[in-house]
Amino acid sequence: MTEIDLLSSTAELIIEPGRSEKNYWKDIWRYRELFYILSWRDIKVRYKQTAIGATWGVIRPLLTMLIFTFVFGRIANLSVLNGPPYAIVVFAGLLPWQFFSTALQEASNSLIGNTNLVSKIYFPRLIIPASAIITTLVDFFISFLLLIAVFFFYRFVPPVQILLLPLFILLTLLLSFGVGLYVTALNVKYRDVRYIIPFLVQFGIYATPVGYSSEVISQKYSETARFYFSMNPAVGIIDGFRWCILGQPMYWPGFFASLTVIILFCIIGIRYFRKTEKTFADNI
Amino acid sequence: MSKPVIKVEELSKRFIISHEGAERYKALRDVIAQKAKRMVKSPVSAPAREEFYALKDVGFEIHQGDRVGIIGRNGAGKSTLLKLLSRITEPTSGRITIRGRVASLLEVGTGFHPELSGRENIFLNGAILGMSRFEIRKKFDEIVEFAEVEKFLDTPVKRYSSGMYVRLAFAVAANLEPEILIVDEVLAVGDAQFQKKCLGKMEDVSKNQGRTVLFVSHQMDAIESLTSRCIYLKNGTVFSEGETRKTVDLYLNNYNSEDSIATYRDRFGNGKARIVKLEIKKEENTVLGVKQGEAFKILLGIEVNEPIKLDMSIAVENQRQQPLFCTQLSDLQGAIQKDKYFEVLIDVSDPKIRKGDYMISIATYKPDQTEFYDVVHHFPLLSIEGIAETSDIPVDNRLGNLYFPIKWSEIG
Repeated sequence: MTEIDLLSSTAELIIEPGRSEKNYWKDIWRYRELFYILSWRDIKVRYKQTAIGATWGVIRPLLTMLIFTFVFGRIANLSVLNGPPYAIVVFAGLLPWQFFSTALQEASNSLIGNTNLVSKIYFPRLIIPASAIITTLVDFFISFLLLIAVFFFYRFVPPVQILLLPLFILLTLLLSFGVGLYVTALNVKYRDVRYIIPFLVQFGIYATPVGYSSEVISQKYSETARFYFSMNPAVGIIDGFRWCILGQPMYWPGFFASLTVIILFCIIGIRYFRKTEKTFADNI
Repeated sequence: MSKPVIKVEELSKRFIISHEGAERYKALRDVIAQKAKRMVKSPVSAPAREEFYALKDVGFEIHQGDRVGIIGRNGAGKSTLLKLLSRITEPTSGRITIRGRVASLLEVGTGFHPELSGRENIFLNGAILGMSRFEIRKKFDEIVEFAEVEKFLDTPVKRYSSGMYVRLAFAVAANLEPEILIVDEVLAVGDAQFQKKCLGKMEDVSKNQGRTVLFVSHQMDAIESLTSRCIYLKNGTVFSEGETRKTVDLYLNNYNSEDSIATYRDRFGNGKARIVKLEIKKEENTVLGVKQGEAFKILLGIEVNEPIKLDMSIAVENQRQQPLFCTQLSDLQGAIQKDKYFEVLIDVSDPKIRKGDYMISIATYKPDQTEFYDVVHHFPLLSIEGIAETSDIPVDNRLGNLYFPIKWSEIG
């Protein structure tokens, strides 16, 4: 009797072609435990069998910052004399950019790296790239601590807007998520993606105001050029970071352009991912 | 009667096989190249694509507490069916209705990470199989005890022996508590003793706890001891369904002419007397296998085109290609003379062969052995099923392919 009651209380699950799961998001919530544990696994395994372990998480952004400060500041002479320390300008741009690019690379390879999971058990596939992206957040926070160390080094006091920084971190996360999902799904079918991404990242660092300030665009060209420039969603984010950290004036029209593109990417990414998700096991 | 816990209706799964390459995945280059080709060529000569139904219009019902076996030859659609039931892939058409929590075990140790310790992998694997941390913690000691790895809990599993690895993996899975358990051929791993332990655990889950179990295996003895009902898949359709014993018999007796010796490749000789037919006969029927102790006959058909003198011999071999015994035509009647197709029947009336899959090597040659007509190596012959009660040959996992009564006596 109780057995039957128990059964009838369990929801019926119907599997049919093309049936978009009504409780897709609920399912993801149910599998949150798996999400935690996969993220935990990725973090734990990340620096295994390296001699200096998690120190890599500090060394990588530190070296990149030093190189950038040197190349752009000294050689290309991009630094401004009476502005804030150039190292901090670079760092503020590097922080979101590094997060975005690492997340993209990690996410795009995540499904392929977990082939055995995808082809052997069911779970909402979204979990895998999502946990890959969350994992890179750890590196982000390590870099952030480094930034604070740089503050102390230059005896720099950030403006009050720094309290709004979490908002821009969230935006970076959203952007990584949107683009990441799209790229991940694409990579299952077309393995070219994993070769394209490193180029995209290398190229992107110049198309994005990491080593320079986006004000340069409006000074050299025009305000309209800067608006179009802000269609690159990373521009709005980096501008936001610099506004929060350095107090550089914010160019709001550009920010909203970036925001629109970010939201668009998110919608496209999730849509495409969900559309192709069901065939992952067949194509991987 | 209560509603079925699993109801499958007209289920089909289609795969598209592309004949243009063996690559499993596409590269953008290929897509562009194909599009370009299509533009140049007339649309009629589209790239050769073939549809292939791994499953076609499959339907069945499974009720609460049923223990169902799914049998069939390789490629019959068993794994595809399990993948559909466990939601790993989506059907092409049809519908599955499931009532209850499903856990599927298509492979032991899915998601084990070599760098993590045994302890960490228990939590990881448990979460992958759908257990909550609380559940795993509750079951933790039981899992460790079952797997017998207490000492190595904090060692990365990449340092484990393969036996330990499999034991740990199965132990996690065995302690799942789903309402419906789907198990693919996972018992084919580990040593004999552990296999027995696994089977025992599965029996406990299904018989004593009243859970619904779906079990795929090629080991008919495991199927017979675990399930009460069987679904026999053949070429993607349900060929037969019913009581395990009957269905297994049907499966063993079902002759499939696809694996023909006529087209078998591993052979040499000048072809003057070519072996083109091989059948196993049980009484009057052609079968794929027999049970331990059952008599069978080997029927051979030999194609001859010119008058020749010939002798022939066969060797029945085990899976390691070691011959169990040899016999030759001239043992009984000397060489024969033939000029056209003929058949011979080799009667093995009282085989003392234990369970397992066996092979045969056959040779036709000139009686003085100066000329070989056709020599076939290691062709699959038959499978002998270890089912108790059919003979006095034991069905346990002892060594050796042969068994005959031997007397032990104590002296002094």
